Parts: sequence; C-alpha cells; structure tokens
Amino acid sequence: MKLKGRAIFEGKAQGRALVSSSPMSFYGGVNPDTGEVVERGSELAGQSVKGRVLVFPYGKGSTVGSYVLYRLAKNGAAPCAIVNAKCETIVAVGAIISEIPCVDMVDVCKIKPGVRVRIDGATLDF
Amino acid sequence: MHLSKEEEAMFAGEQGRATQKAMQILVALGKIYDAERLIRVSSVQVSGVSYKNLGDAGLEFLNELARDGRARVKTTLNPAGMSLTDWESQGIASGFAEKQLEVIGAYEKLGIEISCTCTPYLAGNEPVFGNHIAWGESSAVAYANSVIGARTNREGGPSALAASLTGRTPLYGLHLRENRVPTVAVDVEAQLRRPEDFATMGYFVGRAVKDGLPRFRGVKRAALEDLKTLSAALASSGGVAMFHIEGLTPESALRAKGLETLTFTGKELAETRSMLNDDGTPDFVSVGCPHCSLTELATLAKLLSGRRVRREFWVCCSREVKRQGDEAGHSRVIEKSGAKFALDTCMVVAPVEELGFKVVATNSAKACHYVRNAGLKVRFMSLEQCVEEATRGA
Repeated sequence: MKLKGRAIFEGKAQGRALVSSSPMSFYGGVNPDTGEVVERGSELAGQSVKGRVLVFPYGKGSTVGSYVLYRLAKNGAAPCAIVNAKCETIVAVGAIISEIPCVDMVDVCKIKPGVRVRIDGATLDF
Repeated sequence: MHLSKEEEAMFAGEQGRATQKAMQILVALGKIYDAERLIRVSSVQVSGVSYKNLGDAGLEFLNELARDGRARVKTTLNPAGMSLTDWESQGIASGFAEKQLEVIGAYEKLGIEISCTCTPYLAGNEPVFGNHIAWGESSAVAYANSVIGARTNREGGPSALAASLTGRTPLYGLHLRENRVPTVAVDVEAQLRRPEDFATMGYFVGRAVKDGLPRFRGVKRAALEDLKTLSAALASSGGVAMFHIEGLTPESALRAKGLETLTFTGKELAETRSMLNDDGTPDFVSVGCPHCSLTELATLAKLLSGRRVRREFWVCCSREVKRQGDEAGHSRVIEKSGAKFALDTCMVVAPVEELGFKVVATNSAKACHYVRNAGLKVRFMSLEQCVEEATRGA
C-alpha cells in the first residue's frame, strides 16, 4: 500500500512498524539511553523504539521530550522514522533537531504492527 | 508557507548550520499550525535552562547550536538550577554545578543575556502593547499577553531559541487578534484581598479551563504582584497562555457571546487553598515564584527587620531586582535576618529534592504544584505567614 502524508522532516528510511494507538510521551516515557518504552500502561511498554518506524497518533507531555529524541539519536537508539496522525510541537522539534524523518497527516490505523515500511519524503510504502 | 528571500537563504543553510536548524523548526511549526508566513519578533525569553530539566542531551544540543548560532534580537534567559555564584552555599553538588555552568556558557556564546529570571518584564526585557515576541516560561507568557498586551504563543525551549537565532516566529495562535478572544467567563464573587487569593483563584481556574482563555469579571483592583502570581498559577495547573480581567487588562474589551461561565466564590477559594496544603512543619521557606518584585522586597524588609530566621529561607529574585533592592536599602535588612537571596534560580528549577528538605512553605501556588511533583510536601501561605513560620522558635 502507498500512503501520502505531509513531511515534517524530509528524509528516507525503512524499518518495521512499531505502532501505538495512544499518544506518546517521550519525557519519562522512553528510556533515552536504550530506547525502551517505560511509560506505565503503554501498550508498547518493554519494547524498544530503536531502528523502528514509530507510528502513533500524536505526542503529549513535557516539551523536554524533544531533547529525549535528540538524546536517543545521539545514543543510536532512536526510531528510524516517525509517523503521526497529527504532529505537534514536541515531536516536530524533536525530529528536526535529531534529523529523524517525520511524516504526519497519515491514517495511522492502516499501518499494522510489524510490517516493513519504506519512507521517502512524504510518501509511505508498505 | 511564504518565506522571504532572506528567510529562504536561512532555510537553505546560507547563514550557517544553527540558523538553518532554527529555520527548519520554525517552518515545521508554521506548517503544523497553518501559518501563512513568519513575522519578526522584538524579543525572546528562552526557557530550558536548568540542567535538572535539560540533561546531557539538551546540553549537547545547545553546544551544537552555539558553534555558529547567534541571537538576532534581545534575548533573555529563564532561571537556572542554582545561583551561578553562590551554588556551594546552596548545597548544590559540584557535578551538577559543573554541568549547569556549561549550559550557561553555551547560552552566553549564543549571545543571550544571562538574566536567569522568570520575570524578564521586571528586569529589562520589557515589551509594550502590540509587540510580537516569542517567549518561553509559561508564567511570563501569560503575563506578557494578558497584562502587557504583547503577543506570544507558549514557546518551548527549542522554538524560543529558533526565534532568537532568526529573529522570527510563525504567524499563528496568539499572534492573531481572532485567537485572543475569551473562551470562558469567570464570575468572581470571592473577596480577593491578597496576592495568595489571586494565586488560589488562578490555580482553581487553570484546572477547570485547561488551555482555554478565561475572562474574569468582578475583580475591582489588582496590583502587579497579584497579576504576576495569578499568571503563574493559571499556567501551572492548566495551560493558560492568556486571560482578561474586565476593566483592568488592556484587551478586556475583546468579547465573545454565549460563553460557558464559571463562578469563583469564597467556597472555591477556601477549598482550593486547603487542597494546596499538606501537613507537616516546614523546614524550608521560599518566596519569589515568580521572582520577587521590588515591592515584595520592601515588604520582606519591613517584616524581617530586627528579626532572625530560624529555618532555611530563600528569597528568589533576579539580579536586576536585587540591585534595585540594594539601592533602596532592603537587601541589607533581609540578609541581616539570616534570609538568603537565591539569585538566578528558584525552588521550582533547583534540585530541591536533593537538598534534604521535606516540607516547603511558600506563597506561590505554582511552586506548590511543582515542588509537590518533585516529592516534597508543601504549605501554602501568605508572605507574612511565611516570615512568621521562618522566624518562630523551633
């Protein structure tokens, strides 16, 4: 399937989808050194975002979350791409400063966990 | 989004790497919030200064920007996690201090004034009505929009920095008049006698309206200190970036019909006040959240004159207001009592949970909110009661 969204930070990436149906908080929600999701009650708890195409509706929580994405990237534990239904400031700024390809305005329900997703600019292929 | 020739050049990296990064951030935000273009800002207030919140990742990002980025407009800084000069006597660990000073070094290199205050409007960053600005620090955002009538969204650390390095911000949100109209009315029936009453009301209303834009009716008078603490409370229990007070604030003529109405009576005042109080005897008293004004220093000097504090007592304020307090003779009286000036910092951003205190007494609803989140107990009281608490026998 091919989906076209809106590029927040343009780039190419491919990886297996890690999908959260609820909003994600990076500050306090993801271990910045390992990429493990540590937010209590999250359906992704215990899984790692490292190297995955991370799919979730939108970000929430503290604006410090942008710096958590940056630290993940510096530690080689960042997702290879981010796909949102609607990107907000925390994730957008985090993706840009960490240079993680980021696309939004995508119907995220269409992406099944585990599928291989290829991203090029605003286009998703899976 | 439309970009001017110069902005295109910044985006393409022709003015350096940091400027490009900054422009990428602004363009992405413009896209997300449907801004048609960027506008120039006259000043910036940068939040994200305490190493407690930034961590190593934030520090690394600042160092990267500081390689070739420079502030293009007047830019001031939020409080740090410690006094930049007296951190040792505050009990701050040297590992933390080293990192904090590195953060400050990066900001200095970026050409940002090391003002380290949450009340830039009392310390030389003084926008006027109608100015477009890009400010972080939620309490200062609410104050600037509501009391001054300047225009800013609630910026995070990186987006405020991006505005500083380019002199611009995307035109959306509170920069547009149509988004400055109230979304909820608040009928004030409680008697607001002191700043703590305003803080209590702000805490109650912030929780109820979240990121709404409240318009208060029935407030007869409000001093700068009342509005300062009201702004801080509204922005900490909720996400309020602007409010109006009928007959008092400059844009209170902006009206909307058929608004949902909240009522704030003596009952809500008493209930909220008791909700802000834990049990326990304070071992730490801290005032100045947001940072004290000169008037508050004068009041403190009067209350502390000839007395001795028996507990750790922090008076948080900016270096600029402290200087004014020195000239007026207040600082000497305050220090003679044993109270300490906590310059550049406050009880919210300093690592108070690591200083060994258990129960904090403060006159700020905002401080109660954050200090509680850090795991300490809080007692919410007036400035006068704070002094009583600090000076009474053990």
